[in-house]
Amino acid sequence: MQRAIALVDCDNFYVSCERLFQPQLEGKPVVVLSNNDGCVVSRSQEAKDLGIGMALPWYQLQDAARKHGIIALSSNYTLYADLSNRVMSLLSQFSPDQEIYSIDESFLDLSGIPADLTDYGQQIRRAIWQCVGIPVCVGIAASKTLAKLASHVAKKQPYYHSVCDFNRMTDAELDIMLDNIEVGEIWGVGKRSTAQLRTMGIHTVLDLKHVSPMCIRNKFSVVLERTVAELNGVSCLKLEDAPPPRQQIICSRSFGSPVSNLPDLGQAVIAYTTRAAEKLRGQHSIAGGIHIYIRTNPHKINEPQYQQSILIALPEPTDDTRKLCHTALNGLRQIYRNGYAYQKTGVILTAITPASGQSRTLFDDIAAQHQSSALMATLDHINRRMGSGTLRLLGEGVKKNWAMRRKNMSRRYTTEWSELAVCRS
Amino acid sequence: MQSTFHSGRHNSRALLSLVHPNKELFQRQRALLRSTIPAGFPSPADDYVAGHLSLDEHLVKHKESTFFMRVAGVSMRGVGIYDGDLLVVDRAVPATHGCVVIAVVDGEFTVKQLLRMPEGPVLRAAHPDYPDQPIKPDQDFSIWGVVQWNVHKV
Repeated sequence: MQRAIALVDCDNFYVSCERLFQPQLEGKPVVVLSNNDGCVVSRSQEAKDLGIGMALPWYQLQDAARKHGIIALSSNYTLYADLSNRVMSLLSQFSPDQEIYSIDESFLDLSGIPADLTDYGQQIRRAIWQCVGIPVCVGIAASKTLAKLASHVAKKQPYYHSVCDFNRMTDAELDIMLDNIEVGEIWGVGKRSTAQLRTMGIHTVLDLKHVSPMCIRNKFSVVLERTVAELNGVSCLKLEDAPPPRQQIICSRSFGSPVSNLPDLGQAVIAYTTRAAEKLRGQHSIAGGIHIYIRTNPHKINEPQYQQSILIALPEPTDDTRKLCHTALNGLRQIYRNGYAYQKTGVILTAITPASGQSRTLFDDIAAQHQSSALMATLDHINRRMGSGTLRLLGEGVKKNWAMRRKNMSRRYTTEWSELAVCRS
Repeated sequence: MQSTFHSGRHNSRALLSLVHPNKELFQRQRALLRSTIPAGFPSPADDYVAGHLSLDEHLVKHKESTFFMRVAGVSMRGVGIYDGDLLVVDRAVPATHGCVVIAVVDGEFTVKQLLRMPEGPVLRAAHPDYPDQPIKPDQDFSIWGVVQWNVHKV
C-alpha cells in the first residue's frame, strides 16, 4: 500500500501569532525580527509582496519601512511556543503517528486513513484556523521528502487552496510538477550540493529524481541517495516521535549594547549557562564539559578585536546549575581581557550523556547528589509554573546592562496573567 | 498530636528511608518527619482519597482553543460582566444567535452579545446607555471566540 505522509506547515508563523492578538495588523505589511532586533525572521504576505527578503538586517530596511509603513515587531518566543504547542496538540488528534519537526511544522502519517485525503487536509486546516487562528497548508505524498515539496506547492499555487496531495496525481502530472521546482528546494539539499548538482546538469527536482542512485552515492553521500529514493516515492525516512537527545546544548546571544567589564560579562555567562542547564535537565542528561567563548564585534573594524574560547572539563558530569555556572565563570576569568568592547558570549555544554547511565565512584557523595537533584527539580518546577527566570542565581544580576534589545515586543498574551489581551466592553 | 489524615503515607516514606544505605540522608529525613510519625492505625480515609477539584478542568473544555481575556468597560454589566473581569473564551465553540462573543470590529476586540439577524449580524450590549450595533457591510468584522465563563472577583 502506498504511504500517505502529510507535512503541515504554518503560514508565516510568527506574524500569524502576532496577528491573532493584534487584529489591527491584518492586511498590513508586518515583519518579525530576530533576537536583538537584528534580522527579518518572519514576513506577512504583504511584506513579501513588497520584496522584503528573509534574513535581511533590519537597519538596511529602515527607508523601505518608512516608505511603505512596514511594522516591525521583536520576536516574542514565549507566545510563539505556546501557540505552537496548541497547534501540535490539535494535529496529534488527526493521526496516530506524528513527528513535530519544528516550531511551525509537523509530519503526520495518514496512511490507511479511510477518507479522501484532500478533504482530510482541508479539515485539518479548518480545525487549526478555528481553534488557534493560525493558517496552515498541508502537503501529502508517499515520502517525507515529497510531502515537503507538496506543502511548498500547496503554499505557492493558489489552485490547490493550501492542500496538495501528490498521491492523487498521475506519474506524468507529478513529473510536470517536479520539473517546475528547483533542485535547491528539496529538503536536505543545501547550497553547496545545489551548485554541484547544477554543474552535472541537474537543475530541477525531476532531474534529480531520474538520476541513478549509485551515481549519487558515489559523487555525494548515502543521505542524498536516500533523498533520490524518497523522490521516487520510496519512503526511507521514518517519522521520529521524539527528537534524539542533543549532543551539544548551545546558548549564545549578542548583547543589546557592547559590554566591556567582567562583572557584566559574568552575569551574561551565568544567565546563558542557566538556560543551557535547564535544557540539559529537560532531556534528562548530564554534561561533562563546558565551552565558553567571548568576542568583540568583527564588523567594527576600527575597534580593537579580540576573541577567545576555552573548554573546561567538569570534575564530574552534572546537571546542577550551580556547578555548571561556577565552572563557566572560572573559564570566563581565564579568557577575559580588559579593554575590549565585547559583543557576544556563548556557552556550550558538551560531553552530554544520559543522567540515568551515570557511573558511580567510590567517593561519590550520594547525599549531596540527592540534595542537588531535589533542588534542581524544585527550581525547574517553580520556573515552569511561575514563569521562566522567577527563581534564579543572584549572579545573573538584576539590572542586566547586557540584556537583549527587544524594542517592539508584544505581550505574552497566553502565559502571563498581567499581559492578557483586553477586550472593550 | 498532629493531623493523622496523611499519616499512612508518611509512615511508608519513613519505612523507605529506614532501609536507605546512606546514614546521613536517613537521619535528615527522620528529623524532618519526626513530629508526624504516628504509632497507631493508618487513616481509614486513605482508600477514599480522590485527588482535588481543578477549576481548570471545570472552566476549560478545550485546552487548545481556550484563551483568557481581560474586560475594559461597563457595557456588559447587565449580564454580570464588569470592568476588569477575566473572561474564558473558547474559539472551538460555534457562535450561534444569542451567544456572548469576542468580536473583532475594525481591528479591535470587543465583548458583546451576538444576534444573527436576517439583515446581518448585530452586536448588543447589556447596558441602557449602549445602543445596538448593526455591522455594516463595509466594516471589518469577525468573531474571534465565544465567551464561556466570566471570572469575577466578589
